[in-house]
Amino acid sequence: MALFQKLPRARVAVPGAVLVLILLFAAFGNFLTPYDFSTSSLLDRNLPPVFLGGEWDHPLGTDGLGRDYLERLVVGSRVSIGLALVGTIIGMILGTTLGLIAARGNRFVDGAITGLIDFQAAVPFMIIALSVLAVFGSSMTLFVFLLGFYGWETYARLARNSALSAHTLQFVEAARVIGVSPAVIDRRHILPTIANVIIVQATLNFPQTILLESGLSFLGLGIQPPMTSLGQLLGSGRDSLARAWWIAVIPGALIFFTTLSISLLGDVLRDKLDPTTRKD
Amino acid sequence: MMFQTAPMRILRILLTAWAAATFVFIVLRLSGDPVAALIPSDLPQELVDTYRQRLGLDRSLPVQYVNYLLSVVQGDFGYSFRNNEPALKLFLEQLPATLILAGVALVIAVVFGVTSGVIAALNRNTLIDRFFMTFSVFGFAMPNFFFGILLILLFTLNLRWLPSGGFDGWSSLIMPAATLGFAASGAYARMTRSALLEVLNQPYIEMARAKGLTPSRVLIVHAMRAITIPLVSLLGFSVGTMITGAVVTETVFAWPGVGRLLVVSVTERDLAVVQVVVVFSAVAMALSNTVIDIALGFLDPRIGTARRNS
Repeated sequence: MALFQKLPRARVAVPGAVLVLILLFAAFGNFLTPYDFSTSSLLDRNLPPVFLGGEWDHPLGTDGLGRDYLERLVVGSRVSIGLALVGTIIGMILGTTLGLIAARGNRFVDGAITGLIDFQAAVPFMIIALSVLAVFGSSMTLFVFLLGFYGWETYARLARNSALSAHTLQFVEAARVIGVSPAVIDRRHILPTIANVIIVQATLNFPQTILLESGLSFLGLGIQPPMTSLGQLLGSGRDSLARAWWIAVIPGALIFFTTLSISLLGDVLRDKLDPTTRKD
Repeated sequence: MMFQTAPMRILRILLTAWAAATFVFIVLRLSGDPVAALIPSDLPQELVDTYRQRLGLDRSLPVQYVNYLLSVVQGDFGYSFRNNEPALKLFLEQLPATLILAGVALVIAVVFGVTSGVIAALNRNTLIDRFFMTFSVFGFAMPNFFFGILLILLFTLNLRWLPSGGFDGWSSLIMPAATLGFAASGAYARMTRSALLEVLNQPYIEMARAKGLTPSRVLIVHAMRAITIPLVSLLGFSVGTMITGAVVTETVFAWPGVGRLLVVSVTERDLAVVQVVVVFSAVAMALSNTVIDIALGFLDPRIGTARRNS
């Protein structure tokens, strides 16, 4: 925790506060409104939000099916942030594990993993994801799986390279000499040494995963109705842009402020952990 | 040097294309029955069987694989069932629109990014610096599709200056290119700022200043030359950014390019077209990396030598 106390205040406080507000909204926003996110009410379609003369019954109005928009935003934020979190964690575990295996593997294993890394880096992930969705059709399981795969190659490359140099450290050599098993060396000695790099990468990967999720959902290829996410809300608001701009703008702003605050916090963390990139 | 490495470079591009084609082959087989994925499901059984035979899907997997690679090499990626035309033809028809969009966007990204990077570096640690650097983070964090929608709201629905989409005249190009370019400009701004700050402390810059050269001459002739190498390397990364960005941006603005073709084909599960786009994306990235490698070798002979000796 000592790390966090040393961080410059304003660079942390502002994006930190924004992020906390968004997380609170996603977690407890449903208490602001009594409605269910998927129950439609045909008599209350397209109601305006309060700031445009609407009623406090539906503070942000309703969508084209008469569903309370505030509640849909809460659920959408939960889904987007939750999926990105799960995706980032899966990618981090998968990539780091493969990187560690490559670093201590024989030439064949290392070659196979680096080959996969190179292939993944050779085609934009969006294209890979779209081709997989084209073959299998979109489903929630597949979607989580895709988000989990996103960015694995960056973790794997980082973990492999950092682990290769960590393997030459004396205490690691010592552990090897006294016969500690490779798996235990990885877990007890290598992983703590490379953890910083991996965590910084996760702060870069998390906003990217939100953008991938919302991008695919925006295109109608990710989260499928009646479930919703910020990207899906934004995509559905595109058609009613002329009549109800807030339906597209509010989820877009939520995505933007989430990714922006995490990127800014990640920057601070990176400067702290890696002095060579520090802005003076 | 060129003679020795040119075949290796071509080999690398071919390897990437092969890997991408193989990826599609594997994914298609993993889905169980490729025929079910390739054609509409409501066809009578005999037609499905004929189709299977025509595609050679009744043979063993290795035979299928070899046949598949042979046809891909001949430029035969199969037919789009949506409009019953060769998938490659559809792709090539849409390609120019995407190349124009990405090209203009790249120019916007480089000009806007480098300019703001230079301004930030020259005013380092001032409010101006903060402003431009915050702006560059916006470029990273702002989703393409949201920025595009904000532009449509402002310039189409409120000011009524620009068309919201499609392609009629060059005014249609402004918003998509700005959307795609803005997203990529952040990386250029940051790179320029940090590269320039590093260079401005070098003795040769002090020397140039001491000789009495004007500040603009020092900047343009001496300092900017040093950032060409990181700039060119960054151009290589931008190709991937442009491909990904084009998919979303073209859909927002109904731009008649490959990105929109891909999204429509994925929605309709028109796999022949998807396959062409995957293979050519990989080739485009490998090709641009190669061009950048060669360019870097020319710009800085040390890079070429280091690669040769390793």
